[in-house]
Amino acid sequence: MSEPTTEELLDITLTVNGVRRQAQAPARRLLSDFLRHDLQLTGTHVGCEHGVCGACTVLVDGAPMRSCLMFAVTAQAHAITTVEGLGTIEAMGPVQQAFTECHGLQCGFCTPGFLTTITAYLEENPEPTEHEAREAISGNLCRCTGYQNIVKSVLRAAEIRRERAAGTRP
Amino acid sequence: MTTKMFGAPIRRKEDPRLVTGGGRYLDDLGHGALAAAFVRSPHAHARIVDIDVSGALEVDGLVAIYTHEDLPGRVGEPLPLLIPHPALTHGRTPYALAKDEVNHVGEPVVMVVARDRYLAEDVCQRIRVDYEPLAPVVGIERARDGAELVHPDVPGNVAAHLVQQNGDVEEALAGAPHVLDLDLSIERSACMPMEGKGVLARWDPEKAELRIFSSTQTSTGVRAAVAAKLDLPLAKVECIAPDVGGGFGVKIMHPWPEEILVPWAAKTLGQQVKWTEDRREHFISSAHERGQLHQVRVGFDDDGRLLGLDVKFWHDNGAYTPYGIIVPIITSTQLLGPYKPGAYRCEFWSLYTNTVLVTPYRGAGRPQGCFAMERTMDAIADYLGLDRAEVRSRNFILPEEMPWDHGLLFQDGRPLRYDSGDFPASLAKLKALVGWDDFAAYRAEAQAQGRKVGLGIGCYVEGTGVGPYEGGHIQIETSGRVNVSTGLTSQGQGHETSFAQIVAEELGVPIEDVFVTTGDTRRMPYAVGTFASRAAVMSGNAIALATRNVKAKALRIAADALEVAVEDLEIVDGVVQVKGAPGTQMSLGTVSVLSNPLRYAFDEAAKAATQFAGTTDLSKPPVADDDEPGLEGKDFYSPTQATFANGMHAAIVETDPVTAEIRILRYCVVHDCGTMINPMIVEGQVHGGVAQGVGGALYERMVYDESGQLLNASFMDFLMPYASEVPFIETDHLETPSPLNPLGIKGAGEAGCIPVTAVIASAIEDAEGFPITSMPISPVELWELRARHARGELPSLAHHAAYRTSEENQ
Amino acid sequence: MKPAPFVHHAPRSVEEAAATLAQVGHDGKVLAGGQSLIPILNMRLASPAHLVDINQVAGLAEVTLTPEAVRVGALVRHARLEHHPEAYAALPLLRQALTHVAHPVIRNRGTTVGSIAHADAAGEMPAVLALTGGVVEAVSTAGTRDIDATDFFLGALETSLAEDELVVAVRFPRFATGTGTAFLERARRHGDYAMAGVAAAVQVVDGAVRDARLSFVSVTDVPRVVDVTDQVRGHEADGLDWRAVAPTVRDQIEPEGDIHATAEYRAMLAIELARLALDEATAKSVAAQYDSAAERGIAR
Repeated sequence: MSEPTTEELLDITLTVNGVRRQAQAPARRLLSDFLRHDLQLTGTHVGCEHGVCGACTVLVDGAPMRSCLMFAVTAQAHAITTVEGLGTIEAMGPVQQAFTECHGLQCGFCTPGFLTTITAYLEENPEPTEHEAREAISGNLCRCTGYQNIVKSVLRAAEIRRERAAGTRP
Repeated sequence: MTTKMFGAPIRRKEDPRLVTGGGRYLDDLGHGALAAAFVRSPHAHARIVDIDVSGALEVDGLVAIYTHEDLPGRVGEPLPLLIPHPALTHGRTPYALAKDEVNHVGEPVVMVVARDRYLAEDVCQRIRVDYEPLAPVVGIERARDGAELVHPDVPGNVAAHLVQQNGDVEEALAGAPHVLDLDLSIERSACMPMEGKGVLARWDPEKAELRIFSSTQTSTGVRAAVAAKLDLPLAKVECIAPDVGGGFGVKIMHPWPEEILVPWAAKTLGQQVKWTEDRREHFISSAHERGQLHQVRVGFDDDGRLLGLDVKFWHDNGAYTPYGIIVPIITSTQLLGPYKPGAYRCEFWSLYTNTVLVTPYRGAGRPQGCFAMERTMDAIADYLGLDRAEVRSRNFILPEEMPWDHGLLFQDGRPLRYDSGDFPASLAKLKALVGWDDFAAYRAEAQAQGRKVGLGIGCYVEGTGVGPYEGGHIQIETSGRVNVSTGLTSQGQGHETSFAQIVAEELGVPIEDVFVTTGDTRRMPYAVGTFASRAAVMSGNAIALATRNVKAKALRIAADALEVAVEDLEIVDGVVQVKGAPGTQMSLGTVSVLSNPLRYAFDEAAKAATQFAGTTDLSKPPVADDDEPGLEGKDFYSPTQATFANGMHAAIVETDPVTAEIRILRYCVVHDCGTMINPMIVEGQVHGGVAQGVGGALYERMVYDESGQLLNASFMDFLMPYASEVPFIETDHLETPSPLNPLGIKGAGEAGCIPVTAVIASAIEDAEGFPITSMPISPVELWELRARHARGELPSLAHHAAYRTSEENQ
Repeated sequence: MKPAPFVHHAPRSVEEAAATLAQVGHDGKVLAGGQSLIPILNMRLASPAHLVDINQVAGLAEVTLTPEAVRVGALVRHARLEHHPEAYAALPLLRQALTHVAHPVIRNRGTTVGSIAHADAAGEMPAVLALTGGVVEAVSTAGTRDIDATDFFLGALETSLAEDELVVAVRFPRFATGTGTAFLERARRHGDYAMAGVAAAVQVVDGAVRDARLSFVSVTDVPRVVDVTDQVRGHEADGLDWRAVAPTVRDQIEPEGDIHATAEYRAMLAIELARLALDEATAKSVAAQYDSAAERGIAR
């Protein structure tokens, strides 16, 4: 065996939800594991570790990406936003609020990946049609909801964004 | 009265937590725990010759390596057979770690514990296991021919053989004017929750106590199994199901090998140990379901009424039978759907194969049974040239014929007796929803444009809420907070909300004050689990009964204190008040203070309950002989039989005339689960079920090669539908309350997925004009069927609407 | 599913990257977007001892337009190229194909050059490179070389790239003026690898077909041009029945069966998609001529 038995640990610094966070981890640490286990931000979930399910999706400089398909060491130059950065129970983001209003989740395991994906999508396309909303979530797997109420949540989130922009915060 | 809670589409109490990253799933717990990983068999069937760990010992961070030889006492014995049945004559269960032989790819052989999962996998990669391959048995045909055996002491690979009948089917078929034979098959799929399984165990050496967290559908089951295996007093073991990321059946099986091994390792090492199943492990070492071959012989009269139904089927149970033969029993009984079968006989063989073991997956044998029955209904309609809905309707059990006893035993060992349902009303709703009578015109229009469309239908009855029992415990704190606990677990069904709705309504308190805990053996040690669409029926009713108990106590105490009669009191918004004179009142919190006579005033409110407060009747003891301190109530609900929900679905599909791609244009559902606690949640359950059904009908299958390798053990190749593959689902509801339980509830969890395969097959058949007898179906398969049909190898339907129309056009 | 350990290298310049590859290329992999590589690492289907992570290398994230071609640097993410207006104007086929590459979230990270270097016959962008007659720019410590698409793809996941070479960019040449293009594919699920896919380019001049060519996804062993001009040269574009090219297409593809589709089905699908794509490309070419005629002020 030529592999090293003791791995070098790197100092990895990330900006997560606006806060600079540092931890030591080997180069092979996936961004998903780094967030979850090294930084204890467990809101990001891991569903397949091969990039298909989308549960681990986080925003990298505002763009949704699979955190299971990035190494933490590579993510250092970027600003990461996780579900914890989208809002709090007291001040939910529009997509979070829409999901609670429209029964957009059941077990909630895939939900963080949907929330990050949709948050970024609405920045690009603030007034999606129902068809576009469905297409926008078509890279994320959910086993509980049948997606119908997630589609509804996308449309409702767009509405909440408009309401908030107009100052009629519900 | 407070806002109506029961029956209202209340937003879920759990959601604010779950959408802000506040969920606590198994792998979110146990930070710093040691990690377990497993060396799993790469062979479907092999003898273990040697295990060499020497190359792995140098990995920094390795803590322990265990093989079967290391497992002491009962940990090293086969895992339990959970549901024995007299017909299961050759039940076999695996060892926690394989002993001498492996029987499917993915069977755990070596357990590794290391500082983290990365290192544990490094160790696994360096462990060398020598195998002597044996002949694998893959697929029902090979299992049935019995030339090779999975277990050498199980002849013919037959784990179980069961016959159930009601009436003389031979005679009925002999006398029937018409008899049809159908061969129908369904392939394997799997639950595939987004969160895999997982278990975390902490051993407290000072107290000699074990605390287990498991992503399970039954924490009481895991607790009992672990206590038994580790030879610990039950009182020293607790099991908690945290937030669970979906189950759909696979997490009711217990104990999984890891649920024994991880606690055992934690106890042995004196450290926290955690195992988080990864996706590949989930594919090859959890459970699958659905694979069955069916032979149906049906006799019927000129009107399409069933006279006799004789069904034989072969069930692929995989390598072991820890969950018994529940799935084929359900198929054999629930196949009957809403119909009177005439004389009925069902015979099945449950067969071993060298594949992942089989346990119930949402629907649990019903999708197969529904497929068999509904394909039969369509075949009768086609044979006689009758409308497919009409043939169904002529065979319905009518509302006035309820309760209807089929003369068979159901999966709970109790009579298969339908309690209620209005099938004609359900069908009328469905026909209206989908526009059944307008479809011919739509089809003609589509055909004129060169498009092929078809309409399909499927009906089912689902026995829900099987026993034996569930419990509810209600405790009202002095703050007015209402703590509710029930022992079964939650995997996204919204129990925190629906159970709180029941309590809020029954007790008369704001739902915000009600807090529900599920799946924690510290709070409710008596429970069964969440499966078989039973949570709302079982725990819902238990909680309602418990609430009524605590309410009675609250009223009694308040009546004493307020010096009024109990009958004159009501509870509104958490306040006990005199009806018509709400000025005379006390909060439930105050009642709670009074319910618990105190020596010490730990806060302001508690002063009222202390001995010198002047509120006590000195002629009685502080706690009456027939009473207990505290404002608490507990009760259990245990029904004599299951309650039967039903539903009917219809779909319109379009098939591409060249590429044979299949698109669902419309999907309509009429659903009757009795009284609904929260229609929003029920609707969500239906949506999710239909989506899983669509997966099972068009996309999902476990593809094994002849050597027993699962070829599509990833989300890349196991095609779970995305939103782009799931149609918009149109729903309508009927509520025929169950007469069997106080709340009139029937289960709703599995319903959505049961008829989908049947419905889609029916619609494709209708679009194409030749029989569809095997599901799921892919474009390639449909394309090949078309070719066979064109070559004359596959008959046309006898009275096919599309063909009639096209012939008329010519 | 965790990757095996590796040594991480993060060069800052092309020269540094080339030097690193010269040292570890035989036992290493280049990491750009990682959307194909990291799943393989997570499943331990590959365990390279070194990863040369080029994400910090300067100068590789540019899309450059020249009169001849669209040049795409090795760190240009699919999404960037997809939404690049000038690249779209120059070569609409890029966007037409990119929208089929997995899902948008994957396109946010994955790179076009990376998917070409990965050389998966089921990938969309290798087929585009082939159809455009594109060029791969490779750098090593020995210098820079251009590799034609026809020489680049050798087999499934196999290229003529040497172990120590880094692809710094690819160039997609523009089509002749007035060429119409289309890209179609069919997958079991939206966003999956295609059962079959096709890129088509048709040039219609004065109402007659002058040039028609295709390249395929998932049905040829390597991405390459299937020229169908001979079957239709000089034919009136209006109402042309592209079914005529089916035998040529069938002769030049070698589909294989897998769990999602049989070889026969893929062949049928490739032929059907070819017809549809040629139709669409033809219509675009005709429309382009009307447009340019209109721009020049010539009345129809």
